[in-house]
Amino acid sequence: MSALLSVEGVAAGYGKITALHGVDLQIHAGEIVTLIGANGAGKSTLMMTICGSPQARSGRVVYDGRDITRQPTHLTMRQGIAQSPEGRRIFQRMTVLENLRLGASVVSPEYFDADLARMYDLFPRLKERESQRGGTLSGGEQQMLAIARALMGRPKLLLLDEPSLGLAPLIVRHIFEVIRELNQREGLTVFLVEQNAFHALKLAHRAYVMVNGRITMSGTGQDLLNNDDVRAAYLEGGRRETAGA
Amino acid sequence: MEYFIQQLINGLTLGSIYGLIAIGYTMVYGIIGMINFAHGDVFMIGSFIALTAFLLLTSLFGPAFLPVVLVLVLIITMLFCVAWGWSIEKIAYRPLRGSFRLAPLITAIGISIVLQNFVQISQGARVKPLPPQIQGGVTLMEGATGVVQLSWMHMIIIATTVVLMTGFSLLISRTSLGRAQRACEQDRKMAALLGIDVDRTISLTFVMGAALAAVAGFMFLLRYGVIDFYIGFLAGIKAFTAAVLGGIGSLPGAMLGGLLIGLIETFWSGYFPIEYKDVATFSILVVLLIFLPSGLLGKPEVEKV
Repeated sequence: MSALLSVEGVAAGYGKITALHGVDLQIHAGEIVTLIGANGAGKSTLMMTICGSPQARSGRVVYDGRDITRQPTHLTMRQGIAQSPEGRRIFQRMTVLENLRLGASVVSPEYFDADLARMYDLFPRLKERESQRGGTLSGGEQQMLAIARALMGRPKLLLLDEPSLGLAPLIVRHIFEVIRELNQREGLTVFLVEQNAFHALKLAHRAYVMVNGRITMSGTGQDLLNNDDVRAAYLEGGRRETAGA
Repeated sequence: MEYFIQQLINGLTLGSIYGLIAIGYTMVYGIIGMINFAHGDVFMIGSFIALTAFLLLTSLFGPAFLPVVLVLVLIITMLFCVAWGWSIEKIAYRPLRGSFRLAPLITAIGISIVLQNFVQISQGARVKPLPPQIQGGVTLMEGATGVVQLSWMHMIIIATTVVLMTGFSLLISRTSLGRAQRACEQDRKMAALLGIDVDRTISLTFVMGAALAAVAGFMFLLRYGVIDFYIGFLAGIKAFTAAVLGGIGSLPGAMLGGLLIGLIETFWSGYFPIEYKDVATFSILVVLLIFLPSGLLGKPEVEKV
């Protein structure tokens, strides 16, 4: 089976800093793949490089059989790759509804109402906040909005950068539940970057570990969850027992 | 009293023209954080194109079809200015995007000088007069101290400005283009991730600003009847001031600022020594900005992260 997205020997960075040193990674259609790693390992840079901002200095990004390495960023969404980026990047001075409309920029307007209803179904909180400005939302609501906005573009592949960052455990669970549901019910392919390794590994079919811009380990989510090195490095002591239970 | 009302009408007319130019400054600043110093010269080019087109068309059709000719002149002026605005962005600013912040500012000043010298050489340095084409109006009031005249020209300028502003606010607040533009204003990278062609949106911003400057140039020519290659500089500085006064980045602010500057200038000229009208205008600006650094309707720079 050929991969939906395949990253081949990609090096990338900002200015003089090289954040990625030859990263290889495959994501197959219908999978949830997670990438875990410490702060500053290059996870977010990889996410952005897939979308062409910054472009890879060497190596290739192939999506659906097409080389998209040098493609302008605004075309990636058109081809079905949506991103909920690091820091959520909600349009602060626009309402929730306008943010969602922007998410649907590349989609024919005839789908808008149905898609919007579906988002409000997934995240009822957004409906309550519909006409509120993005900047006034709580962190959890902003994260829901960032995901819903990405989904409004009807993507085949959803890139999720640290959706759990700074959120209360209950909200994190809700968001991960939604991701699982979308994957199982609609076959949405998800590439999830997380520092919250425990939850991410439990959710994912397969996982990669990134250290200093290189992939150092890969396997099924369960494999990595049981791996001693991963447990020592990314899962704190308190969670180890929960993982076993 | 009559004198006061007459000055008020004159001030609003002048302010409308400043406001239309100011929108171009404020929109471009909003989207790429740059002051497009060549914008005033697009206005100047607009008035020259309007003059040329007007003379050509009246010599073709004769003076009988004045309204038709004026509409045609306006359309031609807008088309040419749009082409100018689009090319300026493409040639002078886009290659420098991602360069340090001052670089496009310097090319903007360069383009401004190029446009002024281009017109000076091709059209001559002397002022070009156009006799008043639209005369007459309504007498609103007649009193002991004078009359209040609302000329057709006043009405055309104010009505056109109101219509353009209404249409424009709807465009920005309701259409997908307006939404894309506001998105690029707030976060260009995110806008691109959502599939918005940022370069195209920026081009369209310049195009819209240039179209409004064209209308301003056209109306300036008809109202004041005297143009030269240098009018873009002062009008540009004043419109820029208007944009800052209203709060740079804010569209209603630009219009409000334009009207205020027009009114200040006209009233000062009406009651105090006319030589000091620009000094007065800018002094008031300085005082206002000391107390309201982000302008009348501006957003404070600090934002919650």
